[in-house]
Amino acid sequence: MKNVFLPNSIEEFRQIWSAVPDAVLMAGGTDLLVSLREGKTKVKNIISLERISELRHIDCSGGEILIGSLVTHQQILDAPIIAEALPVLRQAASLLGSPAVRHMGTIGGNICTASPAADLLPALYLLDARLELHTERTKRTVPITDFIIGPRQTSLSEGEFLYRIRVPIPVPNTRAYYFKVGQRKALAITIASMAALLRLDTDMTVLEGRFSWGSVGPTVLRFPETEKILQNQKLSEPLLKEIGEKSARLTEPISDIQASADYRRMLVSNFPLRLLQAEKYTGSNGKK
Amino acid sequence: MKISFRLNEKMIEIETAPDRRVIDLLREDLGITGTKEGCGSGECGACTVLIDGVSKLSCLMLAAQLEGRSITTIEGLVQDGKLHPVQKAFVSHGAVQCGFCSPGMVMSAVDLLQRNPLPGRQEIRRAVSGNLCRCTGYQKIIDAIQSAAKELD
Ligand SMILES: Cc1cc2nc3c(=O)[nH]c(=O)nc-3n(C[C@H](O)[C@H](O)[C@H](O)COP(=O)(O)OP(=O)(O)OC[C@H]3O[C@@H](n4cnc5c(N)ncnc54)[C@H](O)[C@@H]3O)c2cc1C
Ligand code: FES
Ligand code: FES
Repeated sequence: MKNVFLPNSIEEFRQIWSAVPDAVLMAGGTDLLVSLREGKTKVKNIISLERISELRHIDCSGGEILIGSLVTHQQILDAPIIAEALPVLRQAASLLGSPAVRHMGTIGGNICTASPAADLLPALYLLDARLELHTERTKRTVPITDFIIGPRQTSLSEGEFLYRIRVPIPVPNTRAYYFKVGQRKALAITIASMAALLRLDTDMTVLEGRFSWGSVGPTVLRFPETEKILQNQKLSEPLLKEIGEKSARLTEPISDIQASADYRRMLVSNFPLRLLQAEKYTGSNGKK
Repeated sequence: MKISFRLNEKMIEIETAPDRRVIDLLREDLGITGTKEGCGSGECGACTVLIDGVSKLSCLMLAAQLEGRSITTIEGLVQDGKLHPVQKAFVSHGAVQCGFCSPGMVMSAVDLLQRNPLPGRQEIRRAVSGNLCRCTGYQKIIDAIQSAAKELD
């Protein structure tokens, strides 16, 4: 039998954790309880963070959106500030799991599981998210790229937990997109995904373009050198094709039960072309 | 560990292991067997219940999490011996074949109609996208939810 602790505040949580330092943290439990049941993880003590209301806030301050680690995917979908400032994160949350999974699962759990197929990660990489990590005594803020170091591996140290996520608000008139391919529309593990952000001049010249790729490497990937190709070029089909093909060569996909590495590469080279279609459907204001 | 919570509007107190899954607490310890277990891993939705009115999966919740909460199962939708409008619509539209998925489907539908009283068919499809049905082909389930929405409105 495992003990389950449910602290109501950060202070209470710290006290419990120092008394049972071997405890594993639980947010929504949608990854943790599945892996415990599969017997992959053995634990004696569980600390559930779900009642710490301080971790459930979404705030806006100093040009950043601050998202508590226990914010659920449903909260992301419901928050007007996310729809307005970070539509790409909202889009990603809308494609994650099923309604009940979105009611339970959290952004912090999605990050700390560190699966290359996790749906919120491409958006968070694209937006240059930073993570606030706390221990009883220390606080540090690290870019998400430094936090996730491999498939299901993070640089979380002993006694450290994810407090909240800081996401800089993109400048106005940036358009952002998230495309995911899975075996079906709901409850499907991502075979490959792309998040993209475009800032265009009125004549369709690209001022800035960012792309991040999910499930085609040990972590979510970004290729800054390839992104630069877009700069000051008119948005066009050949240009997007070039981005796709160059990125596909840089990805390191694996073949698994979901799909082959070749299929994943093919998805990567074609994803950017979808931006043109999305453009047609959404008109010129770019709102998704 | 002793936990107390509201089950279908009644306060109860029960001695249980804190890491007992809520689905086991319901079905095996309390004998409330309307809630079903299909996959045990979040994929099928058969175990859907409402926690403080919000749909969650009882196979991925631990008993300790219920402390002080209110849980509604399919049994709790019946009021004064009368079926809930969603349940009635499932019956009248033939949205039930073997019935294994029905409790979870109905709970997901109730959650949807609380958020969105007049959903379109696409919204209904999305709302039950985490509930698998191996019999009906889903169309009659969607018909039933749509008609319940009209009746409740
Ligand atoms: C049926 C099903 C479908 C799913 N579909 C998708 C999908 O489409 N896309 C997708 O990306 N994911 C999916 N998932 C995976 C999962 O739901 C998400 O990754 C979710 O965001 C995990 O969050 P959680 O709060 O449930 O994490 P938990 O399971 O509570 O925790 C996950 C891990 O993170 C650690 N952790 C959690 N919070 C913190 C914190 N604040 N500080 C330090 N460590 C922490 C835990 O110790 C644990 O190791 C699915 C899961 C299920 C069961
Ligand atoms: S039994 Fe819980 S989702 Fe299948
Ligand atoms: S009616 Fe049999 S599974 Fe849905």
